[in-house]
Amino acid sequence: MSSIDHDHSELGEMDLRVRALETVLVQKGYIDPAALDAIIDTYQTRVGPRNGARVVARAWSDSAYREWLFTDATAAIASLGYQGRQGEHMVVVENTPERHNLVVCTLCSCYPWPVLGLPPTWYKSAPYRSRVVKDPRGVLAEFGVVLPQAMEIRVWDSTAEVRYLVLPRRPVGSEGLDEEALACLVTRDSMIGTGLALLPGSDLS
Amino acid sequence: MTYTTHADLGGLPGFGPITLEPEGEWFHASWEPRALALTVAMGATGAWNLDMMRAARETLPNYRELSYYEIWLFALQNMLEKQGLVTPEEVRAERLLRESPALPRVLKEADVHATLARGASTERLPVQPAQYAQGQKVQIRKLQADHHTRLPAYVLGKKGVVEKIRGVHVFADANAQGLGEQPQWLYAVAFDGVELWGNAGSPGVQVCIDAFETYLEAL
Repeated sequence: MSSIDHDHSELGEMDLRVRALETVLVQKGYIDPAALDAIIDTYQTRVGPRNGARVVARAWSDSAYREWLFTDATAAIASLGYQGRQGEHMVVVENTPERHNLVVCTLCSCYPWPVLGLPPTWYKSAPYRSRVVKDPRGVLAEFGVVLPQAMEIRVWDSTAEVRYLVLPRRPVGSEGLDEEALACLVTRDSMIGTGLALLPGSDLS
Repeated sequence: MTYTTHADLGGLPGFGPITLEPEGEWFHASWEPRALALTVAMGATGAWNLDMMRAARETLPNYRELSYYEIWLFALQNMLEKQGLVTPEEVRAERLLRESPALPRVLKEADVHATLARGASTERLPVQPAQYAQGQKVQIRKLQADHHTRLPAYVLGKKGVVEKIRGVHVFADANAQGLGEQPQWLYAVAFDGVELWGNAGSPGVQVCIDAFETYLEAL
């Protein structure tokens, strides 16, 4: 964040453009500037992939919850407090020893905001969007993931308002861990399908 | 054909390697959070719908040269001008120069949390039964839409199987044109990678899209 703070001393063309637009919209009564702060705060501090990690950790720990995710993911996820914009119609797809799932939006940048937050730049960019539906193994290799040739790969292109969350496989050696510790093994990329859950001992905590 | 989208990227070559990014790196320029918030807040006014905004973004002539938040901001400004809500002169002058129409709603700070948590469901009650069944073989029509569509070019004419019925949803193609919601059944349709790409793609791949009923025909 330090580079962003530094930029404030010298406003660029885009800064001026955004400021001008905001000023006009506020004067017209279309925008409450405090609402803008609240929106930014929501997506910078409240909504992000730790939400999805808690969903995954619960699914790994509680088989009834896991089943609920497959029958009504939107409700199951909302029961943990994660719901709303860009997550109105959730579907959870499960990685198994036979099948690995990957999510993309080739047409724009559709992404399950309530559980993963704002999408990373690569998810919204042409290299990933163009290639992952055709050469997912090549894309996975760029993320450092190599899967057995025998494992089927299924790519979910979010072309409508359904939003997908990948349920990664629970790592070996995580048997005794509680939900909080399990959530630390769940990366953003493992819930998009461009990564795997971490092994215990290499986690995010 | 007068409508051109620059966003339908599935299967296109030549975009180079993927730039990885650590978790929690939300923004890359100081103006981006504000551009995001302006877009979300104006979207909540009801001045347009999300499908109209997607159309405004994907038709930007320099779409492929722009960063994602540049796309969002330029499309937002275009939409405001097109709807007669803001003029380019006002943005240049950085002040209101003329009165403009009132909007259906204004998103106030106190309502932000509830509005974001509520979202906007696109699911509607069915008025007729689904035309296709789970497990049924279908083919994607070779539609050439002269408007916004959620049908990616790489599946045109391809044969697949209905994986799941997703319910009845607002038809984005109509909604983007201001023609109303015209809800339709939506289906997850799975394709074999070889059907899509021959032997040019990765082996052992299936691709699944969510397709509106009018995109499909029975096999």
